[in-house]
Amino acid sequence: MTANALPRSLLDSPILGQWISFDRPGRIAIYSGKVELGQGIATALSQIVAEELDVALGRIDAQATDTDRSPNEGFTAGSQSVEMSGAALRLAAAQARDALLKTAAVQLDAAISGLTCQDGTILLHGTATDLDFWSLARLVDWQQPVTGQIAVKSIASHRLVGTSQPRSDMRIKLSRGGFIQDMVLDGMVHARVVRQPFRLACLAHVDADWLARRYPDVATLRTQDFLALLGDDEYRVHCAHAEADSFVAWQKVDGLWQPPLAPDVQHAVLGIITTPVPSARRISARYSRAHIAHASIGPSCALALYDGGRLTIWSHSQGVFALRDTIAKCLSLEPAAVRVIHMAGAGCYGHNGADDAALDAAIIAMARQGRPVRVQWSRQDELSRAPLGAAMSAEIDAAVDTDGRIAAWKFSVLSPPHAQRPGTGGYINLTSAEALDATRLPSKIADLPDAAGGGASRNAAAIYDLAHQDISIRLDTHSPVRTSSLRSLGAHLNVFAIESAMDELADLADADPLDFRLRHLADRRCRTVLIGAAEMSKWPGRQQAGTGRAMGLAVARYKNKGAWLAAVADVSVDEVVSVERLWLCVDAGLLVNPAGARNQIEGGAIQATSWTLKEGIELENGHVPMMDWQSYPILTFAEVPEIETRFIVDPSHPPLGAGEAAQGPVAAAIGNAASRALGVRLRDLPLTRDRLLGLLTGA
Amino acid sequence: MTTATSFHLNGAPVTLDAPENEPLLYALRNRLQLKATHFGCGLEQCGACVVDVDGAPAYACTLPVSAVAGKVVTTAEMLARDSIGLALMAAFEAECAGQCGYCLSGIMMSAFSLLKRDRHPDRATIVAALDRHLCRCGAHGGILRAVERAAAEIGAAGALGAPG
Repeated sequence: MTANALPRSLLDSPILGQWISFDRPGRIAIYSGKVELGQGIATALSQIVAEELDVALGRIDAQATDTDRSPNEGFTAGSQSVEMSGAALRLAAAQARDALLKTAAVQLDAAISGLTCQDGTILLHGTATDLDFWSLARLVDWQQPVTGQIAVKSIASHRLVGTSQPRSDMRIKLSRGGFIQDMVLDGMVHARVVRQPFRLACLAHVDADWLARRYPDVATLRTQDFLALLGDDEYRVHCAHAEADSFVAWQKVDGLWQPPLAPDVQHAVLGIITTPVPSARRISARYSRAHIAHASIGPSCALALYDGGRLTIWSHSQGVFALRDTIAKCLSLEPAAVRVIHMAGAGCYGHNGADDAALDAAIIAMARQGRPVRVQWSRQDELSRAPLGAAMSAEIDAAVDTDGRIAAWKFSVLSPPHAQRPGTGGYINLTSAEALDATRLPSKIADLPDAAGGGASRNAAAIYDLAHQDISIRLDTHSPVRTSSLRSLGAHLNVFAIESAMDELADLADADPLDFRLRHLADRRCRTVLIGAAEMSKWPGRQQAGTGRAMGLAVARYKNKGAWLAAVADVSVDEVVSVERLWLCVDAGLLVNPAGARNQIEGGAIQATSWTLKEGIELENGHVPMMDWQSYPILTFAEVPEIETRFIVDPSHPPLGAGEAAQGPVAAAIGNAASRALGVRLRDLPLTRDRLLGLLTGA
Repeated sequence: MTTATSFHLNGAPVTLDAPENEPLLYALRNRLQLKATHFGCGLEQCGACVVDVDGAPAYACTLPVSAVAGKVVTTAEMLARDSIGLALMAAFEAECAGQCGYCLSGIMMSAFSLLKRDRHPDRATIVAALDRHLCRCGAHGGILRAVERAAAEIGAAGALGAPG
């Protein structure tokens, strides 16, 4: 029996009973610190546990993450959930099964080798006994630590892991509504927050008379620059909020809020610096993307109740423990006096408005003791007032030598931070905290450290075999806009830049973009997905430029330590760029739920297509404008490409998160195809009609 | 200022006291506690709130309750009690269609309206019927396959003479 290395989650939360319980007869409750974001993690974790316990998948109840009960596994981010929580639950379930069987052996006075279990019942030499997991569970010490000493099932014996399973949470969500937006607490008051139009905006005037005449049933709650509207009838509160411009005046301030600190520069040189080969065949190019909105279909929502000295919050946050601690700090409460319970929201792709809405509800609940409060954001606030994915740029100076090999590679990124989550850097980082007290704005801006996957630096290192890479990451601390983690963070633009440059260099070397990549690529699994995508798409080799239709390819390994993904895009360009088809070849190791993995990959690819073709926020005088789906359009049913996905699966490779792997390669494959089709290199995202016209007319 | 409005909802008559201009969405969710119809924008831009009114999809987020007087309204809660609804639910499950699920009830109601009037829609017809809906998770492919699958199964059942 070999010991399994303990994942970080088990070092932090070693107690077996924290992960699994058999309290309800016939049911098995599992507790994870990773939350359901619409990515299907509850189903995948249930499969892993049902596998180890030899029970039907339908017996597993994945419990909502609750700061009073669940293990703390940090944020549900970075495509880590199956790797971290799945590994922890697998070991916990294996140990639970072992402890239950050992207890059965004592009860039956039999050797453990004669015992097996089948869907929760205990068999002795293949014959049923009257013992089952639930009767035995009372005799097991659930305070024992998970040691990792118990062998887990071999991959060859898996019957559930590796099979496609429908989402356990979907039927209830479809027929009855299972979202936080659907939650009702007795006597709850409906609230909307009138958000500051920009940071440091001062609430100059609230015309209470106007409001009382038009909306006598809507009350206000004001503290400093925080203003909430409250009422029993949600639609009335909604209408009053939509008319806020009629009775709320904000004081204009000169200039923009500027974070005070000078930028940090992070500089890394990988490999040995060689003197760059003098060459006429070099590129010096700048690639960029604009700010991107999370744009969830369900605007943020939260419920809260302050009762008996305890504040309970229901939130669709990605990190309920950090949210608990941050809200406690903001409201001067002990963390133990705050409880945050996760409730599913609409699709979440990063640090969106969920945490902000939770603080909104908490502030109001503290002022309305004993009364449950429900805060619902508007569509416009969801698009415009939640944190944004950071606008960034990357410059590449590179050259190819006479042998057609890359001889110089300099990569420089400039980006605002990709991580300003609750508690990051010791700051509250919640928008209403700033409205309550302007001194709560961060005084130092930092990005996610490389040890945590990096923010702007994510995938800044090219996966190719280059003699040296000179990489510098400059943190733009002068953005007045609140930027934070959005699906794949800096990897989206970095991979777009690297893979665009690879095509440009291939042209300089008179090479096929596929051959050019392969000649610089030793990573075996990377080569496999690249060749796979080329085969799937019947890659045509070098194509004539400027014909209006072309294929483009790109490849990357997410974070350079996660899943490999190669994409080929078939794109046509007339007045707009249209993606006709995408071929994706992926190596994400063992797939726990292949249907779920396919959803994650293809969903990521469509979202990346939307970002690439349509999404980018133009600031107005440094402020984020108010947007709706007309001013911030996303990809529609009529615009989505046909997608074909192939997984390279070697079950001996451990599972790697799949949710973010497509973002960079799909953007770059589209950019390469569109540039080829147009005969003009497109380096700035999004590739909108206006951008194309601007390029073609030289504007 | 409330007015009584009578209409058929999910197979049964209902009378609602609500302000005349209150959208059906709020009446369904807050007066009748029917939570499957979702708020997404309130602007007829995303389709999360779509219900079926007299056989056609309608945005519940702007449609006043008073406008459905005497009409037949069907919401996603009805899917499990209708043969086309059941075929849709089974097909969505079989295709693992959808990701977060927030937009799905509205999408399924547009598909429901479509399949009620057209048992053999082609891909282009399905795309056109769903194009009023936004899905941010990028689950479009599975959703389109699921509606095609439901149509095929309903068509096959119809060919055998089973009740539609």
